Amino acid sequence: MPVFECEGRMYEVDEDGFLQEPERWSQDVAKDFAQTEAIADLTDGHWKVINYIRNYYLQFGIAPMVRKLCKETGYKLNEIYQLFPSGPAKGACKLAGLPKPTGCV
Amino acid sequence: MPQELLRIEAKKPGGNWTDPAVQFRKGVFCYSAAAKNVRALDLPNPRDWQPFDADWKLPPDWKRILLEGMKERLEKYRSFRLFMDICVRCGACADKCHFYVGSGDPKNMPVVRAELMRSVYRRYFTLTGRIFGRLAGGRELTEDIVKEWFYYFYQCTECRRCSVFCPYGIDTAEITMIGRELLNLIGCNTNWVLEPAANCFRTGNHLGIQPHGFKDSLEFAADELEEITGIRVDVPINRKGAEILFVMPSADYFAEPHYYTLLGYMMLFHEIGLDFTFSAFASEGGNFGLFSSHELMKRLNAKVYEEAKRLGVKWILGGECGHMWRVLHQYMDTMNGPADFLEEPVSPITGTKFENARSTRMVHICEFTADLIHSGKLRLDASRNDRWRVTYHDSCNPARSMGLLEEPRYIIRNACHRFFEMPENTIREQTFCCGSGAGLGTDENLEMRLRGGFPRANAVKYVQEKHGVNLLACICAIDKATLPTLLEYWAPGVEVGGVHELLGNALVMRGEKPRTTDLRGEPLSAEVTHA
Repeated sequence: MPVFECEGRMYEVDEDGFLQEPERWSQDVAKDFAQTEAIADLTDGHWKVINYIRNYYLQFGIAPMVRKLCKETGYKLNEIYQLFPSGPAKGACKLAGLPKPTGCV
Repeated sequence: MPQELLRIEAKKPGGNWTDPAVQFRKGVFCYSAAAKNVRALDLPNPRDWQPFDADWKLPPDWKRILLEGMKERLEKYRSFRLFMDICVRCGACADKCHFYVGSGDPKNMPVVRAELMRSVYRRYFTLTGRIFGRLAGGRELTEDIVKEWFYYFYQCTECRRCSVFCPYGIDTAEITMIGRELLNLIGCNTNWVLEPAANCFRTGNHLGIQPHGFKDSLEFAADELEEITGIRVDVPINRKGAEILFVMPSADYFAEPHYYTLLGYMMLFHEIGLDFTFSAFASEGGNFGLFSSHELMKRLNAKVYEEAKRLGVKWILGGECGHMWRVLHQYMDTMNGPADFLEEPVSPITGTKFENARSTRMVHICEFTADLIHSGKLRLDASRNDRWRVTYHDSCNPARSMGLLEEPRYIIRNACHRFFEMPENTIREQTFCCGSGAGLGTDENLEMRLRGGFPRANAVKYVQEKHGVNLLACICAIDKATLPTLLEYWAPGVEVGGVHELLGNALVMRGEKPRTTDLRGEPLSAEVTHA
C-alpha cells in the first residue's frame, strides 16, 4: 500500500493518492493533500465544496451527486473544475478524504 | 497533445511474436484489485500487488490451476473450443480493432490477441501440440505469458466489432472473457472491475450508494424537475405491487452528464402515468461481473430478478445502460432464466407486446419510448433541442449484442431537428467503441483509452467539421462517463448526452409551466420559450 508523506506526516493512500483511512480526515489533512492536486492555496470557495462533500459523506457514506454538489454550493460544474482541476469526483473528493468513486463514472 | 498519440507505429515489428514480454508503463494498464475487494467477493489469492511488480505473488500451483481451468471451460463452453480450433488467420479482423488502430501494437489485432491463448491451447490440448510443441504453434505456459494475457485481455473492451468481420463468426470478446476468467482463478484482476462488483453486493450498486443516499438523489432530481417544469413527479422506491420495475445504471443518479438522462426518464414516466417503481436493491443495471467471470456476472444479474420477484412486478424496464443489455440479451436466459414468474411484457400505454423480450421479460427503454412515439402518445417539441446539432454513437452492446439500431435514432429524429450520421463504417453494427468499456475506463489507463477511442473520436470530428455537430448522443453510462474525456482530447467542442435527455427536453408535459431552460439549466432561445 503506497504512503503519502507531507512534512513528516504519513498517510496510507491508494494508487491514485486517495486517503485510505477516512476517519483520519481533518482540515489539516485536506491542506496536505491539496498539493497533490496542484492547488496552491485553499480558498473559501474550496472549503465550501470540501465541507459540503465531507458532511454529505458523513451522513450518506458516499459523495453527493455531482448535480447536487453544484446546486448546493452554487458553483457550475466548470467552476468546480477551476477550483479542483481533476474535477468533483476526483480532486474534490480526494481533499475531503473520501474514497475514489468507481463504476461508470 | 493529440499529435503525440497520433504518432502510431504501423511498421512491421522486429522480434518474434511468441515472445511474451510486456512492459507495464503508466497509462496503458489498470491497477490490480485491492485485497479487500477480492475478499468481499470470495475470490482467490487476495494480496497486495501491482502489474509493474516483478513478483506477482501467484499461488505456487498457478500453472495447474490455469490449465485445469482451461480444460474445464473447453468442456463447458463449446464456443470456446470452437474459437480455439477454427481460425484460419485470414486477417479480416486485424485492422477492425480500435486498440490496434490506435496503438499499432500487432498483439492488439484480434487474431493475435486470440492467438496468445490459442498457442497455449495447442501446446496442452491438441495432439500435435503435445508432441511437436513450438513446431505446431504451441507455447509453454510461463509466468511471462500470464503477464502478457493480463496486459492484452485488459486492452480489449469486449466490444465485438472484430466478430462482425470474421467469416467464421469468431467472437474474440468471448476469448477475452475466458482469458480474464482464467486470470481470476489465480488472483489477477483489476480494481476498476472488482470494486464496483464488490460495492454492488454490499449496497446494491457499483458506486456503493446506500438506500438513503439513493432516495436523497432521486428526490433531489424530482425537486429540480419541479423547478424546470412546474410539475411534481413521484419517486416510488421499493413499491410492492407496481406493474414495472425500472432498473438503470447507478451513474445515472450520480454523475454528469448521465443525470440529465435520469430527469428524462422521470418526466416520461410521469407524463404517461406509468405504474412503476425504482429499487434500492436493484439500483444497478450495469454488471461488472461480465468483465470478470461468468460466475460473477450470474450472481449480479440474479439480484435484479430476485427483486422483481420480491416486489411482485409484471416485468422489468431497463435504462440507458450498455453492457447490462449484453448480459440480458445473451446470457440471462440460460444463466438465471427463464423468468417465468414474470409476465410477457406489454406496454400498458399502447398495448404493444414486446415479443423479443418474451423470455427475459426485460425491455429496453428505447424500444419502449420509440413505441410510445410511434403510437402518438407523446407530444414533442423538437425546437427545444435546437441548440444541439446531434450525432448518435451506437453504444457497442445495445447495437451489436441486441441489434438496437433504429429505436434510438427514431427517438432522436422525433426529439431534435438536426441529426447527422457519422460515416457508415463507424456506426450501427460497425460502431467503434468508446475505448473504455469492459472495465477499462479508469484514469491510470488514460493513454490506452485515448488510443482505443481514437477511431470513434475521429468519426465525431468528421461530422463536427462537416455539419457543425456539437452533441454526441449515446445510450450507455460508460460512454457518458468516458466520451467527454475522449472528445476533449480529439474533438473539443462536442458534448455528450443521453437519448432520454433529448427526449426530456422535447417532452411537452400536461400542466407544465413555460419552459425557460433545458434540463441542463441552459436558457432556451426566446422563440422557443414563447412558441
